[in-house]
Formats: sequence, C-alpha cells, structure tokens
Amino acid sequence: MFESVLVANRGEIARRIIRTVKTMGIRAIAVHSEADADLPFVLEADEVILLGPANPAQSYLDMEKVLGAAEKTGAAAVHPGYGFFSENAEFARRVTEAGLVWIGPAPEAIVQMGDKINARNLMEAAGVPVAAGTREPVTSLPEALIAAEKIGYPVMVKTAGGGGGIGMGVAVDEASLEKAFDQASRAASRFGGEPAILLERYIERARHVEVQILGLADGTVVALGERDCSVQRRHQKVVEESPSPGITPELRERMLAAAVRAGEAVGYRGAGTVECLVDADKQDFVFLEMNTRLQVEHPVTELVTGMDLVEAQLRIAAGLPVEIPRGTRGHAIEFRVYAEDPKRFFPGPGAIDVWVEPSGEGVRVDSGYAPGTTVTPFYDPLMAKLCVHGTTRAEAIERGRAAVAAFQIQGPKNNLPFCAELLDNAEFVTGDYDTGLVSRMRP
Amino acid sequence: MAEVRAEMVANVWKVLVANGDEVTDGDTLVILESMKMEIPVIAEDDGVVTIKVAEGDVVQEGDLIATID
Repeated sequence: MFESVLVANRGEIARRIIRTVKTMGIRAIAVHSEADADLPFVLEADEVILLGPANPAQSYLDMEKVLGAAEKTGAAAVHPGYGFFSENAEFARRVTEAGLVWIGPAPEAIVQMGDKINARNLMEAAGVPVAAGTREPVTSLPEALIAAEKIGYPVMVKTAGGGGGIGMGVAVDEASLEKAFDQASRAASRFGGEPAILLERYIERARHVEVQILGLADGTVVALGERDCSVQRRHQKVVEESPSPGITPELRERMLAAAVRAGEAVGYRGAGTVECLVDADKQDFVFLEMNTRLQVEHPVTELVTGMDLVEAQLRIAAGLPVEIPRGTRGHAIEFRVYAEDPKRFFPGPGAIDVWVEPSGEGVRVDSGYAPGTTVTPFYDPLMAKLCVHGTTRAEAIERGRAAVAAFQIQGPKNNLPFCAELLDNAEFVTGDYDTGLVSRMRP
Repeated sequence: MAEVRAEMVANVWKVLVANGDEVTDGDTLVILESMKMEIPVIAEDDGVVTIKVAEGDVVQEGDLIATID
C-alpha cells in the first residue's frame, strides 16, 4: 500500500475519503481554496496545501496547482473524488506520468465512457441494451429535427460531453426541440465540453437505477447491487435507495449482469457506476451512461454491503485483492442535504449558525460543514448526506423520518423540509415512483 | 423607479444589457450564478435600465442589481 494520498477535492467527499485514508494508516493530504480554509476536510487532513482563490478554475480545477501540491508534499497517490478532475483523462495521465498512483480507472476507460455517444455505441456492441437514439454527434438544429423525427417524440436532448444533468431537456415537439437544443448547445460550450448533442428516446415513466461495479486488480468485474436514484429535481438526484423498490429480482439479475459486461467491455478497474433507465411498467431497462468514478451516493451501497468503497478503491489501485461480500443486507436510503430552499430548490448559501447532526442506530451522516463555517456560492449546494439503514425499507423510512426531524441547520437555506415531505408522500412510501415524482410534488 | 435586487448570494455571471438600454417587463437583465446554477434576473417593469453590478461581482441577498426608470 502507498504511503500517502492527496485528495484532489473538497467538502463532504474530501472529508469522507480522508477518513478512510487515515483509518488505513496512510498520510492524508488535502488541497483547498481560500474559501474552504475552515472546513472540516482541511482541519482533519495530515497535511494541507492552499491552491488559490475560491473560483474553481484558480484552485480545484487548476491542473498545475494540484499537480504542484502533489509534488511538494511527496504524495504517492491521488484520489479525485467526484466532479472536478475525477473524469478528466488528461489529469489522470498527468498523475501517472508524474510517477504517482491514480486512484481510478485507466485514462482510456475515462475517454471511452466520457463521450456519451461513444459509450452508447460501445455498450450496444457489448450486448447492453440502449435506447433508440443518435449514433453520431448532432451539431445543428436541422440535424436534430431529422433525428427526432426518426426516433419519435418525446426525445431527451443532452450534451455528449456533459454531466450532472446540466443542459438536459425533454422535447415533445419541434418547437420544444428547438429550445432544448439551444439550451444543450449553450451548456456544452459553457462547460468546455465538445458542442456535440445526443438525442435519445425519452421514457415517460422511467426510474433511474444504477449498478455499482468494481473492477478488481485481477481483471474481474463484480456488481455490488443497485441504487434507485429516481427522486430528482432538475435532473439531479436528491434521494437514493438500495435495493430499488421498483424492479423485480429477475430484472435486477439482468441489470447486474449487463453492468458487469459494460465494465468488462472497457477493461474497467476500480469503482464505477453503470446508470440505466428502467421502464417501470414494462420492467425493462436501457443503458444511460457510465460514471468512471466514485459516486456521491456510494454510502447507500456501503450500508447494504458492509463494504468501504474508498478502501476498495485504494486496494485495487495498489494491486491488492478486495473481499466481496455475498449479496446485500437490509435497506438503505440517502438524503442529499442541499443548501437550497425546499419549495423552488433555489440556491441559499450562507454562514452556518446552528448545525446539529442526527445520530443513532442505522444513521450515518457524511457532511462537509460544521458550526461556524460558511456555505459559499462557488461550489455545488451539497452540504451533507444523511443516510439511514434498516432491516426493511419500512424501518429505513421510519429512521429517515426521525433523523430528518433531528437534523438542525440554521443559516443557509436547506431542503430538510422537502425530505420530510417526501417521507410522507404516498408514492415514495409505497415505492411506486418514477423520475417525475418531485415535479408532481411541486407542480 | 423600480429596483431589482438579488434573491440570494451569487456571482454575477453575465450582464446582458447596458446602462441606458430600454427594457421591457420580462427581459433578462443579468444572469447570476450560485452553486453551479444559473439564475436569470428579470425586469418586472418597462423603462430605462441602470445596471449596478459588473460581471464577476459577488452579490449578497438583497443587494441592488439594477434600477429601471
């Protein structure tokens, strides 16, 4: 095992990675921006390097500064977390070229899966079901109109290089396609992605279900169950659970097998996620995309498998074996506690006056903040992940209600009232929901 | 005179109009960015606009963004 790990990230995920790194007796190195100097992940690291100003381009996304920090501290390995450089093949290459261990898949796998059109074609060739859609990048509105006609409305419009739901839109006719195409094009150019657009058949009553895979050091790929991420606002996840209450054991088996094939198709190493759309009525699924990194919602899988996925990532990167548990145990739910108002979900950063986390049996909180710290507008709104585990889904929901009620936050706006509302929503409680749930709750 | 104020802490990402421009109710004046979300700031009156912020500024909740006369 390597001597030290530099965590090239911030907030809750940097803190969570540092926790495991330190538990394994490895030196944990944090990098941070001026805005984040007081956050727990900085205080808890063994060594700290200030990168620069709050603007991510001058700190967390400044490749030279992050690589310089690794050199200066003598880091042996780099963990990218999620977001930032986690799916940046060039950064992965630069880390490796500097003689450090990259805790993630090979840069080639990142490239292959990063282009959504390429990934889709690759998956189709590997026998993984994909939705009807464009096989070549769409670069103009006339092309998009022809493609949509062929696929049949409604269609989902998204950027081939983007992520995190940014720029995604549904078009039901030619007029709305023009709008969705414009929105996706603007997002593509703005986030530095290639201005290529992808159109796919849109499933009306879809569940978003993803499979956690691990590519082991010996080359085998295993699936660690699924996560249902259908509670979304603006195409971004708010609540995730495992197992999914919306798929049959037969469908689960097929999805897990397809996810393993997807990983094998790119010779995948480390933790990855195969995202799928499930047609809840037909009990069928299609490949959506693969995320070549640790996911925000990985604690859900950790709670039902008893594994530490960050430890598994480190062991795989070091060429060591990982013990894979048989099956899963109980039910887990994660609530993303965002700094946003619970009605319109608009950002509400601010200084934290009161911060009291819930605790107790089956409760886990991964948070990036503490009393006296400030949630700034420079980064994503995730303040904490409140996770609950129970022997049954009903018990997990009950624990979720108590934990949400016990979580006290004053200062920034927060969506805990929305989480409480969701836990009393009939669709959610029965488990019979789809990705349209939040918009039905907020018409 | 109508005042347009920031609803939240945010960065001024884009200013879409210039001082002295004639704007109408519903026009987008400025696009703010907070926590990776774009928030358009819309005129709620017709008139001549004066912009009080510049691209790259950080505004606090309640800060004046523009006036419309």
